[in-house]
Amino acid sequence: MNRWQFFRKLAPLLALMVLVLSACGRSDLSTLRPQGPVAEEQFGLMKLAISIMLIVIVVVFAISFYVIIRFRRRPGDKTIPKQVEGNHKLEIIWTVIPIILLIILGVPTIQSVFNLSKDHTKDPEAVKVVVTAHQYWWEFEYPELGIKTAQELVIPKGKTISIEAKSADVVHSFWIPSLAGKVDANPGANENIMYFSAPKEGVYLGKCAELCGPSHGLMDFKVKSVDEASFDRWTAALQAPVALPSDPAIKEAFVSKCLTCHAVGDQGGPAFPNLTGIGSRETVGGILVNTDDPEYSNEGSTYDNLHRWIEDPQAVKPGTLMPQVELTPQELDGISKYLSELTLDYEQ
Amino acid sequence: MAHGHAVKRYSGLMDWLTTVDHKKIGILYLIAGGFFFLVGGLEALLIRIQLWKPLNDFVSADTYNELLTMHGTTMIFLAAMPVIFALMNAIVPLQIGARDVAYPFVNAIGFWTFFFGAVLLNVSWFTGSVPDGGWTAYAPFSGTTFNGDHGFDYYVLGLQIAGIGTLVGGINFLVTIINMRAPGMTFMRMPMFTWSVFITSALILFAFPALTVGLAALMFDRVFDANFFDPSGGGNAVLWEHIFWIFGHPEVYILILPAFGVISEVVSTFSRKRLFGYSSMVFATILIGFLGFMVWAHHMFTTGLGPVANGLFSIATMLIAVPTGIKIFNWLFTLWGGSITFTAANLFAVGFIPTFVMGGVTGVMLAAAPADFQYHDSYFVVAHFHYVIVGGLVLGLFAGLHYWWPKMFGRMLNEGLAKLTFWTFFIGFHLTFFVQHFLGLMGMPRRIWTYLDGLGFNEMNLISTIGALLMGLGTIFFLLNVVITAFKPKNAANDPWEDGRTLEWTIPSPAPEYNFKQTPLVRGYDAYWKEKMDGHTEMTPAEPIGSIHMPSPSILPLFMAIGLFITGLGLMYSHGEWGKIAGIEAGFVVGGIGLIITFACMIIRSLIDDHGFHIEPEELQDKGVKA
Amino acid sequence: MSAHSHTEGQLPHEPEKATLEGRNKILGFWLFLGAETVLFGTLFSAFLALRDQVLDGPKSQELFELPLVALATGLLLTSSLTSVFATQALHMHKVKAMIWWLVVTVILGLGFLGLEIYEFSNYVHEGHGFTTSAFSSSFYTLVGFHGAHVAFGIVWISLLIGQLAKKGLTVTTAPKAYVAGIYWHFIDVVWVFIFTVVYLMGKVG
Repeated sequence: MNRWQFFRKLAPLLALMVLVLSACGRSDLSTLRPQGPVAEEQFGLMKLAISIMLIVIVVVFAISFYVIIRFRRRPGDKTIPKQVEGNHKLEIIWTVIPIILLIILGVPTIQSVFNLSKDHTKDPEAVKVVVTAHQYWWEFEYPELGIKTAQELVIPKGKTISIEAKSADVVHSFWIPSLAGKVDANPGANENIMYFSAPKEGVYLGKCAELCGPSHGLMDFKVKSVDEASFDRWTAALQAPVALPSDPAIKEAFVSKCLTCHAVGDQGGPAFPNLTGIGSRETVGGILVNTDDPEYSNEGSTYDNLHRWIEDPQAVKPGTLMPQVELTPQELDGISKYLSELTLDYEQ
Repeated sequence: MAHGHAVKRYSGLMDWLTTVDHKKIGILYLIAGGFFFLVGGLEALLIRIQLWKPLNDFVSADTYNELLTMHGTTMIFLAAMPVIFALMNAIVPLQIGARDVAYPFVNAIGFWTFFFGAVLLNVSWFTGSVPDGGWTAYAPFSGTTFNGDHGFDYYVLGLQIAGIGTLVGGINFLVTIINMRAPGMTFMRMPMFTWSVFITSALILFAFPALTVGLAALMFDRVFDANFFDPSGGGNAVLWEHIFWIFGHPEVYILILPAFGVISEVVSTFSRKRLFGYSSMVFATILIGFLGFMVWAHHMFTTGLGPVANGLFSIATMLIAVPTGIKIFNWLFTLWGGSITFTAANLFAVGFIPTFVMGGVTGVMLAAAPADFQYHDSYFVVAHFHYVIVGGLVLGLFAGLHYWWPKMFGRMLNEGLAKLTFWTFFIGFHLTFFVQHFLGLMGMPRRIWTYLDGLGFNEMNLISTIGALLMGLGTIFFLLNVVITAFKPKNAANDPWEDGRTLEWTIPSPAPEYNFKQTPLVRGYDAYWKEKMDGHTEMTPAEPIGSIHMPSPSILPLFMAIGLFITGLGLMYSHGEWGKIAGIEAGFVVGGIGLIITFACMIIRSLIDDHGFHIEPEELQDKGVKA
Repeated sequence: MSAHSHTEGQLPHEPEKATLEGRNKILGFWLFLGAETVLFGTLFSAFLALRDQVLDGPKSQELFELPLVALATGLLLTSSLTSVFATQALHMHKVKAMIWWLVVTVILGLGFLGLEIYEFSNYVHEGHGFTTSAFSSSFYTLVGFHGAHVAFGIVWISLLIGQLAKKGLTVTTAPKAYVAGIYWHFIDVVWVFIFTVVYLMGKVG
């Protein structure tokens, strides 16, 4: 097989590869299926880099295969081949061409570096969110709207979201692969900023991307992009007063055993996930998916998930700071039911 | 001139415990490094078994984090580097026509400190306090606030002790190569492996002190309540990242450059052609080493350094592709026009070339900071570094081991079994890590104990686990080969591949204790090949036959390392675990005793003059040539 | 070629470089100092990054006792000069002069260390302890590592003085003394940087 035929056979393989790449993964999770302008810009850079690198791979592989086939020693051959010291022209070619390829990659890279570092923290059009990462949950505060929630970042579609990221304990990393690249959440003074937007409505999966302890792999969050009216309703609903459980025994248990750490409405402690509207969230604990049609072992109804979580948090998320709270079975059932009904009515 | 003192010679175990001979030290490094490669490999298999299906609970989350930490730390520090040092020790003095390294005694210290540091780190498994924050040990997770058990104490102290060995090894090889080359061997006539060891040693010299400071600072935070990395005390978590990666990036070039050297030797020998573009290769290696110090923050693109820093480090990182590419093409054009035979050693070397290029191009992809915001801390990075470390370094080490096995042990490894090793390991490797690129791009972060079902990760994780099992099988084939070869007679020829080009192939296999009966005269690059082409079968000697001065064996290096080991243990358990002695923490007393042992050995070494011994001409194995 | 501890006749002109072992020791030691430069460089970087994190402790402007430090600096710089004299004596093959200058070097070094220990104990009394803040931890680590190097050098040179007194100046003892001299100069240079970056810049703020 000569060199031309070799390349002809390789071309469809390359085309297939690019096709495969672009269809890979879930649209709410994959970097290869960007759903927002930031992820799109990053994907564009990725495609450019892969294309350039494919050229390099093809050239190196072609020469490699040619060489190992063509110059294989025939049995019994004792000849000494010509000893070649080098070739100046070749050296220059394979120095200059890579430099050119790097320039082709480098210029858009620098453009993107500056474009994606834009500071939207003072942008009046942007929705500001302060992200505080904890072991093993995500706190979202909207300072200009006066609201605080956890695990689910609800945003208005199409608007720029300006993120300030930090950590309350160890280094975490805030990553929504289908919407934008990640930014580290550092403790202390090293706070970081980034921005993104989600033009399409939907729920996008978020992941922690810096080893932070046993439940690092379970520290999921969601970004929920809704139309602007729904977002406004959500904001208002979060600020509405929240009724405590109607049953006095359950209410007593809830206030004394839960509200020391958690908050609903304007009651309770600020240090742990805010429970207002928890019944409307996609998950419990970031990882137990709320669905009436559970398929996998981490899925269940909202009530079942809450029950499971409260009963033994360590079994769901090893290393979590939430202890196994002492509750009677009735209290556990009652609180789980109460929380599952703590919904926010904001979607159309 | 006769000497009054008796010649100290040991045999059996004492010979190995007291040796200062670079060839034996090389074998010790190989055995220890090989052992820890198996430990690290077992840790990898356990990781892959945990990940073969979603929401698996084969190991607990805590154990998983311990496994991934120990896998990385063991493979880099206790397996890869020692096997590199094994080849450096076994081969470099032979390649330059020297009789040993510049500091044989310190060479032994280097091995024993590595060994006891490695043991200290692995003692953690037996105490249940295993480090669990990744080999990168990011603060403040690695501090006592979030990691109260002793895991990271073992990490900090074990690596600190092992690192001493590496640093002195680097100095040793720099001085050896600068001062002890045979007559006629100018720098530009040195074999490429020796050049790569030279540059690697310079990298070790300047990179390891940064690690020393980082580990010391973390140790002070943990043991003495300092505030380097603890934000509540004003410390800075990102400072740890800087210090670690200023060491960590050159470290990966320390890992790969010796492999580059091996490939140059193997590819050249088995195509019967001199290395294409030797001076470009030397220049490219130096440039890679230099640039390696300029790019550390590409591990920190998401830390918030700002666009200027991110931009600069992106460009600097991309630039390293240029000298690396020069090397790849020079190897390909060494093969071009040659007469290539595919011994197992050459299979590994030729397999290296396209595999390493795949790892290298993902490296260039990672260099683009905005794209890295997506790749960072995902399985894409895991795929990249395994491609360059396993597909690069480990294949290179396998090539070097198969190539130089006869010179080290006097026996050739079985070629059939070796080829089986290659194919199993090579195919297993690609199966394990190629799919991981896609896993990362599809949104799978790294260092996660488990993953949810339905995300699209299941099939590729299963494939990856199967590949890992194949790699394990390949390793078993290699071990089988080592064992059956050990029972063969020691009858390898001086030049068993018959196409040897460099000085190590001019002496018997295995090399005699004194290496060269007469120091050779070097008349050109590929010194032996040059003589062969001029019709000679041996090197021209540069000196008459005479008595050969040898350094004395010593038990002191072993005790120095044991002293440091005791100090490490003592420092760790100095917070009440062992009670008090005369009002002082018992741990500090024990630590003090360890330091006294080490310093006492140093003082003994300095005060007692030991001028070595001589091997007389009558004792030399072969007749030699009249100078 | 072997190095004998007893040579008949004259010592060579530069006895420390007369043997391969000697040349190896000197080259290796210069390389080691290269590594030490990176080590202290990293300690300096950590100090510079953390110098403003004083927490509740005293700030450097109020804390540092410059007259004391200046005196200690004077002692250390002088000791570097006396170690130069010792090396000159080595090249003139004058063992007794060499030992005398090394003894003075050690005494000056001990003086430096004594002053530094006194200085540190004062700071601790004023609320600037090792665990007080990131600034204090990095201060004591940087300056303390330097002090540890001085202490090591003192012990080393003292042992060398003993060896020179017993065995005299030979092609074996000469490289040891030469290398100890280079080491002493190095820690002196590091001190100049500490004095400038830590104390002078700390006083100015």
